[in-house]
Parts: sequence; C-alpha cells; structure tokens
Amino acid sequence: MTGRPIDPALMEIDADGLRLLGSRCGACAEIDFPAQRSCRRCGATDTTIARLGDRGVLWSWTVQRFPPPSPPYVPRGREFEPFGVGYVELPGEVIIETLLTESGAGRLWIGMPMRLIAFDVPAHCGEQATTFAFTPVDDGAGR
Amino acid sequence: MSGAAIIGIGCTPFGRYQDTSVRREAVRSIHLALADAGVNWSDIGYAVGGSMSSGSADTLVSDLGLTGVPFLNVFNGCATGSSSLATAVHAITSGTTDLALVVGFDSHPRGAFAIRPEQLGLGQWYGSTGMALTSQFFALKIQRYLYEHALPTRLLTAVAAKAFRNGARNPNAWRRKALTEAEIDASMLLSDPLRQYMLCSPGDGACALVLCDADRARHYRSDPVYIAGTTVRTRRPGSFEVLSPSLSIHRGQSPTVDAARAVFALAGIAPGDVDLAQLQDTDAGAELIHMAETGLCAHGAQRELIDSGATEIVGALPINTDGGCLANGEPIGASGLRQIHENVLQLRGAAGDRQVPGPPRVAFSHVYGAPGLSGCTVLTR
Repeated sequence: MTGRPIDPALMEIDADGLRLLGSRCGACAEIDFPAQRSCRRCGATDTTIARLGDRGVLWSWTVQRFPPPSPPYVPRGREFEPFGVGYVELPGEVIIETLLTESGAGRLWIGMPMRLIAFDVPAHCGEQATTFAFTPVDDGAGR
Repeated sequence: MSGAAIIGIGCTPFGRYQDTSVRREAVRSIHLALADAGVNWSDIGYAVGGSMSSGSADTLVSDLGLTGVPFLNVFNGCATGSSSLATAVHAITSGTTDLALVVGFDSHPRGAFAIRPEQLGLGQWYGSTGMALTSQFFALKIQRYLYEHALPTRLLTAVAAKAFRNGARNPNAWRRKALTEAEIDASMLLSDPLRQYMLCSPGDGACALVLCDADRARHYRSDPVYIAGTTVRTRRPGSFEVLSPSLSIHRGQSPTVDAARAVFALAGIAPGDVDLAQLQDTDAGAELIHMAETGLCAHGAQRELIDSGATEIVGALPINTDGGCLANGEPIGASGLRQIHENVLQLRGAAGDRQVPGPPRVAFSHVYGAPGLSGCTVLTR
C-alpha cells in the first residue's frame, strides 16, 4: 500500500488499513458513496461523513475483458489483463461499485462473502496510488 | 381527437459514414421527411432536435434555408430523440404551431464510448481505475437481473440473433447479415455475460419527422399515424443507473417503469393492446429487462415469450423489428427517432420484408439513456 489515497475524499488510511468514507443523510438516513453534500434520495443537505463497513456480499459482477478507453483509464501494465468489477452490498449501508481481486468468472458468484482491501494502481498523474478493491473472504487459515 | 400526428418520416441508412457526413445525412433525412409529408421547410413553424457529438441541430438551418423558425436544441442522452419528439408534441398541442419538424443525428468513433467522469460529477479515480464504461454497467445490470429472475444466459444469444435476422431485412440497417446463435456464442466475451455481438456499436445515423395537429392530419395524407402519448421520466431513488459508484440498498423502480406507466395512462391504452414494440437494446440484456419494465410482460416471462417465438416479426409481440440498436448501431441523437420511423412504417403497412402481419394498430417505443432517463411513445393508426 502506497499510503497515498487515489482520492482522499473516498477513504482514510491508517495503521488499521483502509476504510471507505460515505455520507449519511440526517433526514432519511440514506447512505451514499462517495460522500455527498446533499442526499441523493431526499435532497436534504445535513449529511455527515460515515465510515463504511469492510465486509459485504457480492451483489453483481463482471469481468472487464478489453482495455477501457484511455483516457480516462490508466493502464496498469504494458499488457492488458482482464479484471473483475462488481457491486458489493455492505449490509444495512450501501451497495458499492468496486474493483475485484478475482477475475476468474468461474470463481465469482452473487452472494459470495467479500472483504475490503487496499489495492495499488497507477493514477492519472502516472504515480502509484492506493484505491480500494474487494476480495473473496478466505475462511481458511489465510484470513 | 386533439393531439399530434406524424405525417412525414425520413431516415437515411445507418452505419459508419465514409463518403458522406452526418450533418449532410441529417439535412437529407429532413428533406425526405418534408417530401413524405408533402410540405416545404418554409411551412415548418417549430423545429427541435439534437445530437451528442455532431453539433447543434439548429445550425442545420444554414443548409435548409433561413426562415427564422424557432429551433430548440435538445440533449437527453439516448432519450434525445424521444425528448425532442415530446417537445414538438407540446408545441403543437399548445397551439404554438401547426407543423413541427423533429431531427436527430449523431456520429461516434469506433469502440466503447469515451466518458469523462468529471462531466458527470464523478472523481477522476472512477475513470482511471477502469469503471467508467457503459458496456461494463450493462453487464453488471443484466448479470443481476438474470440472477434475480432465474433467467438463462442463452436468452441473450436469442435476442441478438433475432436483431441481426431483422436487421438483414432492413435496407437502412448497418448490420445486414443474419448471424447464427453459434456465431454469436463464438464472438468475443467482452464483459461477462455480454459478448461482442450482444452489444451495440456506437455509429452514425440521422432521422427526421414532420408532425402536425391531429385534427389536420388527413389534410396532408390519408394514412397519418397518431401520437397517442409520449412521456419522458428521470430516475427516482433506488434505480440502477449507469456510472453509479454506489447504489442504495433500498431498491426502486427504473425510470422506464415510470415513463411506460405514464404513457399508457396518457394514451388510454393497455400494454396488452400493443401490436409491436421497439425497445432500447443497447445490449441484448437491455431488451430483456425493458420487456418487463415497460409492462409488456411480467419479470421472468421473457423466457417463454422468446422461446415460443412471440417476439419475432411474425409472433404475437414483435420486438425491435428493424434490428434495434444491435443491428443499426447507436448514433445517440438519432436512435429514438429511428424507432419512431420504424413504428410509423409498420403502422402504415409499408415495412416491406419485415412488415408485421395484422395489420398492426398500436406501436410502442422506448428509449433509455444515461444518466438515468427514459422516454416512451405510443403510436396508433
């Protein structure tokens, strides 16, 4: 982990790792990510920053098998490698669109448990930066 | 009946233009529509239209003649054509004009639409990490939909095969070669579960319509097509829209559900009365989703309709009879009007090789565009 968030508004990084920052609406309790000044559901403007949970379940997934148009995409290496993208539902909070560390279609299924990790990618300025990804929860010794 | 009618249509072949330009084709489509209606450009009292990346529609007046006509530019994503049509209907029903012209045109480079996240209120990170991609969104959306309604992936192949089969019968279509299901299944997997031939390509095209007051329609032609209703709706909470870094856990209806309900109520026509439909098929999955969201069938009932052949040209509910976006490509500004053009041809009984038997009396069209809006139109004979 570079320790340099790809966008400081998205996350905080400390000794415990990375946490995503959303916003909670003071009027209707809707949670949004990234944090917004006004609520997407009701338009109220009394939103506060909320540290989001780091566990969830896969809500939908795909594998991006061709290089996205660049810009805006910043290639991660000389050779393009397909990567997983999904939505992960953080229970009771929000469904987050995210990179997945798993890109094997046969190993991804809706409902699978996932956890948040830090993930280094090249940012638009060319330097490495830390973004977020979700990875399948390994219930074995490696957890 | 008080309302608006379509008395002229003009559509030039869609594709990737080499020896013409999209602006030239837009002017040509307008001339075709005017000739079809038997009126002159100088008779038009109101004009409206749009494109995403080929310039402002009103600038076409320099080729059409400087009549001083009020001309509005509209841009509403893939719903640009429908939104322009709705605007022209308002102009006619409010008494602003007796004759209105609607035009849509566009031209896009090869490959996936390049998106600038910052223009959509999103951070740079969203694009740089590889998530700002409409094809990826459609894959995520249909993946969830197939799961929720226990539908098999093979339906995507069936929808795509039908599109190319219908497109082969459409002289204006870009893709005019029927493809077998095996050929579609052998095409490159781009974003699971979507393969190359299950996703439409951005392309070039132009289309125009001439509208008049419904009471005067038979003054212009013996077979006018009436606009029984046209609506546009944006998203409400909980809908699943393109370029969404997050979704609410409180799921909600899409703007298509709202727009379709509203247009059927406005037209006083039930979904069951629809004889044929053109639905936004940016990808094969979108057609499946929109069949149910428009009210044309129940969620999950798509399997039986497709397997029984109901959605074919000769079936009980023909869908995307001109090949849809899959066979015609998607020039964003023109796409919604191409659907109207097809429905008018079908209602006139002038669709040639792809004419649905009947003859049809009620035609439905639906577009869905970023960042979350839908337009629906009911046409009657």
